[in-house]
Amino acid sequence: MNEQETSLRELRHIKKMMEQSSRFISLSGLSGIVAGLCALAGAWFATRSISAYAHGGQLNYDTLISQLVFIAACVLACAFVFAFIFTYLRAKKTGVSIWGNTTYRMLFNLAVPLVAGGFFVLRILQMDHVFLIAPTCLLFYGLALVNVSKYTLGEIKYLGYCEIILGVINLWVPGYGLAFWAAGFGILHIIYGIIMWWKYERV
Amino acid sequence: MNNPIENLNKTFDSRIRLGIMSALIVNEEVNFNTLKELINVTDGNLASHLKALEEMQYIKVKKGFIGRKTNTNYTITKAGEKAFKIHIDALGKMIKDMQ
Repeated sequence: MNEQETSLRELRHIKKMMEQSSRFISLSGLSGIVAGLCALAGAWFATRSISAYAHGGQLNYDTLISQLVFIAACVLACAFVFAFIFTYLRAKKTGVSIWGNTTYRMLFNLAVPLVAGGFFVLRILQMDHVFLIAPTCLLFYGLALVNVSKYTLGEIKYLGYCEIILGVINLWVPGYGLAFWAAGFGILHIIYGIIMWWKYERV
Repeated sequence: MNNPIENLNKTFDSRIRLGIMSALIVNEEVNFNTLKELINVTDGNLASHLKALEEMQYIKVKKGFIGRKTNTNYTITKAGEKAFKIHIDALGKMIKDMQ
């Protein structure tokens, strides 16, 4: 009985060491929630710009596009800053260092599909296939999350699968890009953030 | 049936050595400071356990420099991988057999 307990403890220790040395585990659920809120705020601003354009106001097409790109950049910056702050606070609380091999590996594996997707979206914008932008963002982001799941808490791959499914559906429902974008980057992030926070950070 | 305790490797008796092997088996290479931070031990203590594993030829040492600072990396050998897997299997069997 005692030997059994020792074996179990040893195996748990091995598992913990494997995970801590290879995965970045400080990603906070709160950053998911805030990223989702940023995305919803962005979607609201975007809707306002689009309806101003649709009602034939002062906005011409090029200004609309540059406004939308500006909004998207703000959302990305806000989400990134908040993700960093919450993750930093969590790492400090659990006493894990935030800059290590695991962080570098996670960021790199996240960046590869995102940068590729970024170029793709840029080209879509240049060619004026605006209806493809939202599904492309969702698809590449979903792939990035699935790719990164080996290097951080594994649950993130389910978020990735959901983003991919939304992206695929959106390909056949053109004209609702913004709604899909808000669902994928807003609502899914918030749900994911709440689940992760509930599971790992609730005291 | 043979006794799983016989398959437990005496070399892996210490927590520090378990930590080292666990980190090396899932990473291509790990440097000294990362191991130190992960396992939370003093330099001397970690170094002596690393030495012991190196003498068993379970791990390999690669010394290098980053600028003027020494940077020592460790990798697991084929023999080390095999020995550690047998050890983990034995631990698993012990739990199953006694249930």
